[in-house]
Amino acid sequence: MNIQDKNELEQQISKGNKRKYFLESLSSKVFLACALLSVISLLLIVGFVFYKGSNPFITGGYSFFDFLFGSDWVPSEDKFGIFPMIVASIYATIGALIIGVPIGLLTAIFLAEIAPKSVAKIVSPAIQLLAGIPSVLYGIFGLAIIVPFLQNNFGLARGQSLIAVILVLAIMMLPTIVTVAETAIRAVPKTYREGSLALGVSQIGTIFKVVVPAAKSGIMAAIVLGLGRALGETMAVILVAGNSLIIPTSLTDSVRPLTTNIALEMGYAAGTHQEMLFATGIVLFSFILILNFVLARITAKGAQ
Amino acid sequence: MTMIVSEASIFNSTTSATTDTYATKIQVNDLNLFYGEKQALFNVNLDIKEKEVTALIGPSGCGKSTFLRTLNRMNDLIDGVRVIGNIHIDGENVYESNDVIRLRTKVGMVFQKSNLFPMSIYDNVAYGPRMQGIKNKKILNEIVEESLRGAAIWDEVKDRLKSSALGLSGGQQQRICIARAIAMKPDVILMDEPTSALDPISTLKVEELITQMKKDYTIVIVTHNMQQAARISDKTAFFLNGEVVEYDDTNVIFSTPKDERTEDYVTGRFG
Amino acid sequence: MRKFKDNMLRGLLWGSAFVSVAVLVIIVGYIFYKGFSYISFDFIFGDYSPTGGGGIFPMIVTTLLTILISLAIATPIGILAAVYLHEYAKQGRLVRMIRFATESLTGIPSIIYGLFGAVFFVAILKLGMSIIAASLTLTIIVLPVIIRTTEEALKTVPATYREGSLALGTTKLQTLIKIILPSAMPGILSGIILSIGRIVGESAAIFLTAGTVAAMPTSIFSSARTLTVHSFLVTQEAGDIGLAAAVGIVLIVIILVLNLSATYISKKLNKADY
Ligand SMILES: Nc1ncnc2c1ncn2[C@@H]1O[C@H](COP(=O)(O)OP(=O)(O)O)[C@@H](O)[C@H]1O
Ligand SMILES: [Mg+2]
Repeated sequence: MNIQDKNELEQQISKGNKRKYFLESLSSKVFLACALLSVISLLLIVGFVFYKGSNPFITGGYSFFDFLFGSDWVPSEDKFGIFPMIVASIYATIGALIIGVPIGLLTAIFLAEIAPKSVAKIVSPAIQLLAGIPSVLYGIFGLAIIVPFLQNNFGLARGQSLIAVILVLAIMMLPTIVTVAETAIRAVPKTYREGSLALGVSQIGTIFKVVVPAAKSGIMAAIVLGLGRALGETMAVILVAGNSLIIPTSLTDSVRPLTTNIALEMGYAAGTHQEMLFATGIVLFSFILILNFVLARITAKGAQ
Repeated sequence: MTMIVSEASIFNSTTSATTDTYATKIQVNDLNLFYGEKQALFNVNLDIKEKEVTALIGPSGCGKSTFLRTLNRMNDLIDGVRVIGNIHIDGENVYESNDVIRLRTKVGMVFQKSNLFPMSIYDNVAYGPRMQGIKNKKILNEIVEESLRGAAIWDEVKDRLKSSALGLSGGQQQRICIARAIAMKPDVILMDEPTSALDPISTLKVEELITQMKKDYTIVIVTHNMQQAARISDKTAFFLNGEVVEYDDTNVIFSTPKDERTEDYVTGRFG
Repeated sequence: MRKFKDNMLRGLLWGSAFVSVAVLVIIVGYIFYKGFSYISFDFIFGDYSPTGGGGIFPMIVTTLLTILISLAIATPIGILAAVYLHEYAKQGRLVRMIRFATESLTGIPSIIYGLFGAVFFVAILKLGMSIIAASLTLTIIVLPVIIRTTEEALKTVPATYREGSLALGTTKLQTLIKIILPSAMPGILSGIILSIGRIVGESAAIFLTAGTVAAMPTSIFSSARTLTVHSFLVTQEAGDIGLAAAVGIVLIVIILVLNLSATYISKKLNKADY
């Protein structure tokens, strides 16, 4: 083979490669477009919700302060105050936190550290399964069991109440918290435990002083996830909340959280009424952001 | 395509007839490389001769792998790498060409640890040619057999070509990696510490193979093992802190080096 | 004293676990107890009749359609977006922005997606309350899930495979198709299964975008109910807990099958990894 043949050969290869380089640059552009699409859909959703939701306050002359702190929501009379719903959402989430988080975390610790292998092997996947079932089912259970129970045992006119919402949300977030926190605790290296046990610290002491702090960021993630679910839950809550538009003063009051308000009225709302539902969405969205932010701060502080 | 491959193999075997002094295959002029702000190679100048084994030695972190990977532009994969200077292979400027594919088919590479794909032995060796568009079963069979023979492992694996390559021993895997590189009919083969993860017996087998391959390929090998460099290479370059301190015939480097630092290194006084 | 405290804590751990398990067992037990008598061949494969009784076949079909349509769109886009983020992008501002966007999307409650879909897809794009409007909304809901799981799966592919392939003169695209995606497949598949679970479990977003028509959809532009929305509506409108529980059983079985297949696939494919 002489030099000329070899050049020809290389040219031939190069020609084949031209197509490859073309495909290469084309595909990378397609991939970029796909990635941008996710950004676009976020911007679209957030932009859209904010645009629609802010419209009454910007062009309609409604006061945002009255919206947040007004206690009357009567769309037919042009009254849009969501304070009762804000209070209901906050109470329901905090209530679920108080009941669901400790039980969930302790269960996760139990499964990861204390439970006999054979027990954990069955219980953990079962709980993981329950984290995946539709949340509506928790609402149906709440309506069928919890609501009548409250009604009969506490002499309420209606069992649908703040406490029913809290119980349903606490139960609903249990599997999520247990599953995520258990994974985080199991990820703590064995050497941590051995180091502590070798110093003569008891098993329980080791768990609470060494293992749990080491898994802190994962545990925080579990809590954020669970609370996010509780705050955003809609359909299960509709079934057990009672949906009254009052500022709850006791656990047995009927309530209407933010999410429920949107779902109940979106079907027929139009004009300003519909825009006010978007505004309700903005408030809900802000709560989720605050929740993420606060817990991120707590985690960051703990890490220092 | 098929024609190209067979011609290329003829090319390899015919030119191997020549003896004595060979032409310069790779010419490196004033090569500098930066990882971001950090400079890793300083004014490297080397002429690598065709059909010789060139060994790169030096303490770890001195830039041997970095240099080796400039020869087939594998450094392009790392964000923020800047190369200044020239490398010519067969007179063509590597960093001015925009055909990296052709460069890498011409300059094969074998890595420190076997990186066979989770596929059968056959599919691993046939992977490169297939990606070049060769579909003909008969030609692929030929290439696979020829490459495995070329890597001196045909007899060991010929009965289990369809079984997983990852079931082989480390030494066998590394030789399959060499076969996989040979299957592309390259002119140059780069090896980055190819035996550092192998036991002594497998190491000897690979060394033997490299010595045999010399008649067909230009080989550049990074090694930590001084005896290995002395045993298998014709030329040796001693790297230190990103610079080539000394580059000469291997027996010169190991018997009468000109630079004190080279002497210190090859006699094991540091590094 | 120390011992006493330890025992207290130990008791607390056992107690909490007992409460969790008991509550969850009661819920699942209750749903099976209430709904089991409804389950029959006719229930699963029969048409729905609003006058009582009747099957859930229209809801099963609707659920399957929403899964198919939203995955048909979200899977390719999600996988390719993850490929861009992990394999192509220079890790800089743009990538951080895209990651931030996808992560934020994961945290948005589904009612807000529903709100968006009900006006954007249903009204502005004039798709009406329909399976297609719900599916497009669901596409946005599962997109970040697929992107994240695919990225995780790509992270597990050894960098040496990429180098090995590229050093043989292959393009990134060839390396991606022949080496990287096959190696990442188990993770990608579990992400897709996770997304199916998310779609099956979704209620609020579908409720606002697909409507509530309890009949067999005639096209993707029909308004219809998924199983989950159906179980909600029969509870709320008719107070039919037994029927809702029966639908619940079907849903739990679907989720169980999805979970088992995810586990099976990742085990099987990991083994097939030679
Ligand atoms: N991807 C990289 N990014 C930044 N610096 C690198 C990278 N790879 C290698 N280096 C640096 O370049 C220098 C040379 O490394 P290398 O070529 O791997 O040395 P050797 O192979 O001789 O051990 C070292 O200081 C190393 O830290
Ligand atoms: Mg090296």
